[in-house]
Amino acid sequence: MNHDSYPDDYIRAILNSVKTIAMVGASPQNVRPSYFAFKYLAERGYDMIPVNPGQLGKALLGKQFVASLAEIGRPIDMVDIFRSSEHVMPLVEQALAVVPLPKVIWMQLGARNDEAAARAEAVGVKVVMNRCPKIEYGRLSSEISWMGVNSRTISSKRGPVPTQGMRLSLNRASVAGGDTLASDRAAKTRNETG
Amino acid sequence: MTERTPGFATLAVHAGAQPDPTTGARVTPIYQTTSFVFNDADHAASLFGLQAFGNIYTRITNPTTAVLEERVAALEGGTAALATASGHAAQLVLFQQLLKPGDEFIAARKLYGGSINQFKHAFQSFGWNVVWADPDDVASFKAAVTPKTKAIFIESIANPSGSVTDIEAIAEVARDAGVPLIVDNTLATPYLIRPIDHGADIVVHSLTKFLGGHGNSLGGIIVDAGTFDWSKDGKYPMLSEPRPEYHGIKIQETFGNFAFAIACRVLGLRDLGPALSPFNAFMILTGIETLPLRMQKHCENAKAIAEFLATHPAVEEVNYAGLPASPYNKFARKYAPKGAGAVFTFSLKGGYQAGVDLVSNLKLFSHLANVGDTRSLVIHPASTTHSQLDDAQKTSAGAAPNVVRLSIGIEDKEDLIADLEQALGG
Repeated sequence: MNHDSYPDDYIRAILNSVKTIAMVGASPQNVRPSYFAFKYLAERGYDMIPVNPGQLGKALLGKQFVASLAEIGRPIDMVDIFRSSEHVMPLVEQALAVVPLPKVIWMQLGARNDEAAARAEAVGVKVVMNRCPKIEYGRLSSEISWMGVNSRTISSKRGPVPTQGMRLSLNRASVAGGDTLASDRAAKTRNETG
Repeated sequence: MTERTPGFATLAVHAGAQPDPTTGARVTPIYQTTSFVFNDADHAASLFGLQAFGNIYTRITNPTTAVLEERVAALEGGTAALATASGHAAQLVLFQQLLKPGDEFIAARKLYGGSINQFKHAFQSFGWNVVWADPDDVASFKAAVTPKTKAIFIESIANPSGSVTDIEAIAEVARDAGVPLIVDNTLATPYLIRPIDHGADIVVHSLTKFLGGHGNSLGGIIVDAGTFDWSKDGKYPMLSEPRPEYHGIKIQETFGNFAFAIACRVLGLRDLGPALSPFNAFMILTGIETLPLRMQKHCENAKAIAEFLATHPAVEEVNYAGLPASPYNKFARKYAPKGAGAVFTFSLKGGYQAGVDLVSNLKLFSHLANVGDTRSLVIHPASTTHSQLDDAQKTSAGAAPNVVRLSIGIEDKEDLIADLEQALGG
């Protein structure tokens, strides 16, 4: 994989297929980028696991922190590394020691370690570096377009509508005192024709 | 399968827009609303804390305006954009992110008269100090760099002179100085020149001109190229340092390669306030759909008229970079091979009075202070847009007393030539 630029299809396939994401370096501080990304990905339905040995015993948005990838104890699809480039290699080594192997190792904006990437790719793990999954998800869904960001996607299809089976709210404010004008009219029509 | 990259005309119609999720409306609706309801308190807090994508208030984001922003960002090849109420507002917002009182920026001497006034007077009152350089002399930019320099500002095609700037040479000066290059691309539009491809870090437009194109709506826009590292040396604290108004968020760290556009939005537009009306955004979006077709016609007409004027006995000189005799022709061929734009000047042998007379004799050209309309426009800069400059400044800005500026529209060129012919006197 050329890590200077990624085809949208590559990123799209990753974000469409992974379900469980362990975020290494997740911060409980709500102004840190890792907090932003963790919260957003959780809201989009990913099963998020915060990994940070300094936060053991605490929870991030209801998810208990774990100390390391080895302690998660269930399969993880993607490891999202929120650490700077120089801390990446040992974390990739830990990720590659997890059984079963994660499918994807993702390094955050600003983080890149080509040697670590090559090791992961050698055992069939996909790698993304120097990107943010929140930004990429927002871009490919065009949700990020609300902020005037170039999603670099176009579509002539209607956007998502309320899903089938979704209950619609009936609690709208009624005008005209809440009387059911339609039945009045029906009754009137009946009288006229009868 | 490799992904196909849509061409310019396809992006001009489609980028940023998709059928409305709720109604299926194909054309982008005008979301003429001040505010947007929150799902719940947590959603509101997430939006205010910049943690979620969404709308709060039209001064900050608006769904109609967002389509315009994404479209222009796509056409310019940028990462993001921010629309404002006017081109002037765009410049105010972008410089607020870069300058502190006492800082300097270098600007080309040949600029739109309104920009010269804004930089020299309004910005001076904020302690933002402009240092002028000559766009025809790259060394003058290099010589103007000081430790206080925070940016370099040029126009791709200069107003009113129509001269084409050597963007790549000045981009190199900016790179060496470690400051961003800002290019006002109003007269070229991304159809003719994409400054980001030539090293610009920020592109700014008056949308009022060719992008909107119909002379009906004011607007401005800032495009972030995503190329500049704002955090490397602490020179741009708005982007690199924790922001107290957002509980300590660092803008570049959080928003990566579209951080400048976000700073302009959440630090600039939010607090300074010159937001674009959603109705204007709609009008400009509609204009942009035909930008490629209009620019082809504008350029074809402009070239024919420049050629006509170049042979007219009352005309001293025609400054159109599309003419082979122009000193800017080599830059026009390099940067704007599809056409040298449709705004240019020419000088009259009869001096100041001949300029005044020409303007009053024209019947089809409209005498007004705008450019980039479907209609052909004329102005005598010395007595109008540049009247507040002294004679030396007028001449250095390309607006000497005998100079007339034309903005060529998309009418039949034969009619425009006939109008000029009768107005110049036979």
